[in-house]
Amino acid sequence: MADPTFLDSTELVLNMGPQHPSTHGVLRVILKLDGEKVLGTECVIGYLHRGVEKIGENRTYQMFAPYVDRTDYVASVSNGLGYCLAVEKLLNVEAPPRAQAVRVILTELNRISSHLVWLGTHCLDIGAITPLFYTFREREMIMDIYEKYCGARLTTHAFRIGGLQYELYEGFEQECRDLCDWFLPRVDEYEQLLTGNRILVARMTNVGVLTAEDCKAYGVTGPMLRAAGVPWDLRKAQPYSGYEQYEFEIPTGKNGDTYDRYLVRMEEMRQSVRIIRQAADRIPDGPIMAKVPKVIKPPVGEVYVSIEAPKGELGYLIVSDGSTQPYRVRIRPPSFINLQSLDKMARGALVADIVAIIGTIDIVLGEVDR
Amino acid sequence: MAEEGKPVPKPPAAQAGSAAPKAPPQMAATPWESELTQALAARFGDEILEFSSYLGQEFLVARPAAVIPILEWLKTEAGFDYLVDITAVDYPARAERFELFYILYSFARNQRIRIKTNLPDGGRPATATGVHLTANWLEREVFDMFGIEFAGHPDLRRILMPEEWQGHPLRKDYSILTQDQAWVRENLGIESAQ
Repeated sequence: MADPTFLDSTELVLNMGPQHPSTHGVLRVILKLDGEKVLGTECVIGYLHRGVEKIGENRTYQMFAPYVDRTDYVASVSNGLGYCLAVEKLLNVEAPPRAQAVRVILTELNRISSHLVWLGTHCLDIGAITPLFYTFREREMIMDIYEKYCGARLTTHAFRIGGLQYELYEGFEQECRDLCDWFLPRVDEYEQLLTGNRILVARMTNVGVLTAEDCKAYGVTGPMLRAAGVPWDLRKAQPYSGYEQYEFEIPTGKNGDTYDRYLVRMEEMRQSVRIIRQAADRIPDGPIMAKVPKVIKPPVGEVYVSIEAPKGELGYLIVSDGSTQPYRVRIRPPSFINLQSLDKMARGALVADIVAIIGTIDIVLGEVDR
Repeated sequence: MAEEGKPVPKPPAAQAGSAAPKAPPQMAATPWESELTQALAARFGDEILEFSSYLGQEFLVARPAAVIPILEWLKTEAGFDYLVDITAVDYPARAERFELFYILYSFARNQRIRIKTNLPDGGRPATATGVHLTANWLEREVFDMFGIEFAGHPDLRRILMPEEWQGHPLRKDYSILTQDQAWVRENLGIESAQ
């Protein structure tokens, strides 16, 4: 009666996303499965493509600055910093020391808040609901500082080409210090909750392993590369915005698995606190803007400037033809390039691991699709 | 224009503009010389057209056919083991319309360089996927946005735009208001996506 081939195993193709909550937006992954085992994956992306690079060619240098906030929208301050540094390089100017120190503080706050979003959602993906409420509580405080400083919470547009738009508000430094004092014990609290948690450890250990060689071959940077044991961080390797003045360490892992990436990001939040404390204690006096003309017309030329964004190397290649609009803006997005390694990590894993692996790449689809 | 008396320091050659209306202003690059350029020049000879540096950023211009051997040589002999990015710039007025960029980084040297090459419309550069795995998606994006086909690429399809989309958005003759009307009508059921 039953089909004689009924029990034969066949390969199954399963669509995950684009509306799946664990794909962090609109990522669609086509999985080829043998039972629970993943034989291969294919990412279908572009659902959020807004043509940011094309828009850049049709706006002036200043007008394009708010757009970059909307690529990686949980790390908008970092995007803005990278863009401003690139245009400043093209103009051959440097932001004054006061502006640089403030930029460092806001960017490190942003790194913490980006990592907090990652931590909350990653834990949510693999079954722990509570951490999200904790991490968003702390993130809210960081957003409050942004709001007081520049009026916006998420897409801040906090910097201007040449420095800062706004002078600091009264008590900014103290608020940053208070936040650090409050936040550091919270990281310990997260770790008490999670680091030794048997379920989490089981879900993350030896899942999605990328060795240092794999990372280099795929161009993977950021916490993923450091978790594979490569102590490479652009803030140390090619310091910008005065990062060479601050003491901090580059946390690294050993195995390059999801668990090590978790540990690296937790430690990075502590290091960011260290940087913020040092910077808040010595914000120099002085102007907040370099001498930049009202109409920005960089000489003909091209530059590539990159920074250590929370997700990896974020680069801007800007080509100027001497006019007020960039001839070409290329954004080198860490999320996009890191996501390419998904297939390598996923082969041989289980379907449930895919969720953990996507979470650990820490992608933002706004940046993948641009 | 700029505020009186407060111009940004400009390299002299970039001010050609009004004096010579025919010749477009050039990037004020300076020659780049180092042990690395000597070794490259010795190995690749006139396949490399130029070693230059602009604002402290070093780059070389090579013939299209030499790019992949150069990438390979730089990776194995000089430690440039990380391909940061591949992208293109469109200059429709030029005979060799596209400028293709490869950005490389060496962890050992902590050095970043660019390789550039010029291609005519329809030119088919070889794929870099055999040297750097990361080139796969990067070349797909260049193909998607500029219509440059990479010979030997294992999976050359659009990556950000829909697969059936007609046209390549980052070409300069593709205006920001241009869209594939037929695709929009068929797939979104509206007359225009503007």
